[in-house]
Amino acid sequence: MTTQPSPMTPLEERPAWKRRHLLDLDDFSRDELESVLSTAEAMKEVLSREVPRVPALRGTTIANLFYEASTRTRSSFELAAKALGADVINVAAESSSVKKGESLIDSVRTLQAVGASLLVIRHWQSGAPYLVARHCDMGVINAGDGWHAHPTQALLDLLTIRSHLGDVQGRRVVIIGDIAHSRVARSNLWGLTRIGAEIVLCAPPTLLPAVFTADDPRALPAVTVEHDIERALDGADVVMALRLQLERMQAGLLPSLREYAHLYQLNEERLALANPGALVMHPGPMNEGVEVSPAVAHGAQSVIEEQVSNGVAVRMAVLYLLARGNGA
Amino acid sequence: MAETIAVRGGRVIDPASGHDAVADVLLQDGRIAALGPDAGQGASNVIDASGLVVSPGFVDIHCHLREPGFEHKETIESGTLAAARGGFTTVCAMPNTEPAIDSAATVRYVLQAAAAAGNARVLPIGAVSKARKGEQLAELAELAEAGAIAFSDDGDPVWDAHLMRRALEYARMLGLPVIDHCEDKSLVAGGVMHEGWVSARLGLRGAPAAGEESMVARDIALAQATGGHVHLAHLSAAGSIELLRAARDRGLPVTAEVTPHHLALTDAAVLGDPQDEAGLAYDSNAKVNPPLRGETDREACVQALADGVIDCVATDHAPHATEDKLCEFDHAAFGISGLETALALCLSLVHDGRITLPQLIERLTVAPVRALGFALHVEGLGMLAIGAPADVTLFDPDAEWVVDPLQFASKGRNTPLAGRTLRGRVVATVYAGRVVHDGR
Repeated sequence: MTTQPSPMTPLEERPAWKRRHLLDLDDFSRDELESVLSTAEAMKEVLSREVPRVPALRGTTIANLFYEASTRTRSSFELAAKALGADVINVAAESSSVKKGESLIDSVRTLQAVGASLLVIRHWQSGAPYLVARHCDMGVINAGDGWHAHPTQALLDLLTIRSHLGDVQGRRVVIIGDIAHSRVARSNLWGLTRIGAEIVLCAPPTLLPAVFTADDPRALPAVTVEHDIERALDGADVVMALRLQLERMQAGLLPSLREYAHLYQLNEERLALANPGALVMHPGPMNEGVEVSPAVAHGAQSVIEEQVSNGVAVRMAVLYLLARGNGA
Repeated sequence: MAETIAVRGGRVIDPASGHDAVADVLLQDGRIAALGPDAGQGASNVIDASGLVVSPGFVDIHCHLREPGFEHKETIESGTLAAARGGFTTVCAMPNTEPAIDSAATVRYVLQAAAAAGNARVLPIGAVSKARKGEQLAELAELAEAGAIAFSDDGDPVWDAHLMRRALEYARMLGLPVIDHCEDKSLVAGGVMHEGWVSARLGLRGAPAAGEESMVARDIALAQATGGHVHLAHLSAAGSIELLRAARDRGLPVTAEVTPHHLALTDAAVLGDPQDEAGLAYDSNAKVNPPLRGETDREACVQALADGVIDCVATDHAPHATEDKLCEFDHAAFGISGLETALALCLSLVHDGRITLPQLIERLTVAPVRALGFALHVEGLGMLAIGAPADVTLFDPDAEWVVDPLQFASKGRNTPLAGRTLRGRVVATVYAGRVVHDGR
């Protein structure tokens, strides 16, 4: 990673970037992932400067439309946009005031009409960013849709993993927790398998999709499922714990937090079963003492804070590349 | 007054009589007057059917005409015109209207509106329960006297097993079937598509096949216990078909239908093409209840239709307004506007060699009539017998066309087939001796 192009490298010297939207990583080629990650490395360099700003997107307006509360993702996108010199419109839509897709499309068209050319959208319903992408002319960035996808989270996870492990070909990544309802897990499945990692999913059956695979190239990538956390952690290079939503108990998917922690909490004893130096990750926000013990969350192997700071660089890269893809 | 029409030189297929040969059909005074070589000789009003298939008018025992109450989605007039376009001369209107068809007055309203439109014969299905709430039986005898030909709370299951039992006992006295939409809501738990690899991939809440199968099993047990006739609406799951097969082997009074979309499509229709620049489709036009299921289920439906375990095809035509579908997938209404694409979807089974053309026509005509016992109500329905209603459909089984929902007669443009090339086109439809669709 020595010859990364700087964001100021003239466009013609960079590989072609034609994508207008970032909806998920499912259709990303390995080259495209490399392109985003290398751009993100360059953005990290920008962020390390005394004045962490470049005017690459001066004059571009970026709208953040959040139908779900999110402190870290929204502020990360906002910081990224501002570091590139873009103007930002933040819209926090009350989930109760917007029930119909028509009004979603209307809201989006309004943002377009006031001059936004890139839309960052977070929505509690899977597929909403796809609907928007089909009905507006802005470049659309999925900042998390329902249980489906969270591609910038997966990209920042890739960036974090790669900066520690280098090549991840054949490395064992264990994802523990509520896979069924996790957009982070789904996007990571695509991104990590595309760059050669092997994935182990670890959860009780009630927190896993009922059906994973099919004899169809469009199905989710092949993974190993392991209900037993000790067996799952054996030989792990990366361990990712997912947030457990408390409503899963109400839905009858789990008996209690206590039992969940008993079976699936990532603690020091269990982490010792992984490879020495295995990375500990969490997309946040954490329920410390539930899916991860405080000692592990803040321990020497934890890269959780680094994930957050890498988030800004990745989102700068995405905004920058998509602005190009949309002719800005 | 219906005039005399000679349909000449087509391949006349009448599954009820086994007729399959080039012949003429002579229609007089709204009835079939003659059938045979040169039966139409000398007639002044001739429809040239050479190169076409001539069959009894199709019978759809399951469609949603939305009137009264949801006229922005469909009216009896637009829905029956869509039927005529699709080759259907008889359609059964489901009672999930507003008000529900749970009173004799509403049955009469539907019959009168249908007569005024004159595009197709409409046979109303009465609600099983008052306001379709599943709590108290509707006045089934009065509904029957007014013209209801079956009972159903379709759109919803008869969720209360005790009510279902009593409905079957009571309807048995009237000699009419109870049609059930089999769905255990507690198991489906808000699912918006089939639970399978596509729902896992898309992060959408899945409806497991067991949600249908468990209620099919319950209904079969109740048919056995009561002797009442259960008709299973729109079967979609392989497990349901296993249960049905066993019930029929035991001679129980259980019949069933399958929709063209469950015969031809799978849950992958929701996914779309990931290589599309706008990404995954999340196609709300493929959102339907019961959901499009997996390939194993689709295959089981095709096999069951071919071997007669499932009696017939029914469209479950469910038109919706654009705004009901142009929204997030979770919010979108369930249903496919199906009358105008039904024949072509079903013909794909013939083109694939899964079922013969006469078999398919049987499943679209006399088989649904027999399944629900319509001979009680209209003699000769679904066949080309002398004296039968002059309901005739002419179609070209090989003609290709591109589905353009904007050209539908139905107000519902909600189809996952937009832009698809289908093979098989209805050329003309004659209902009660009048040409109600002429696409020549």
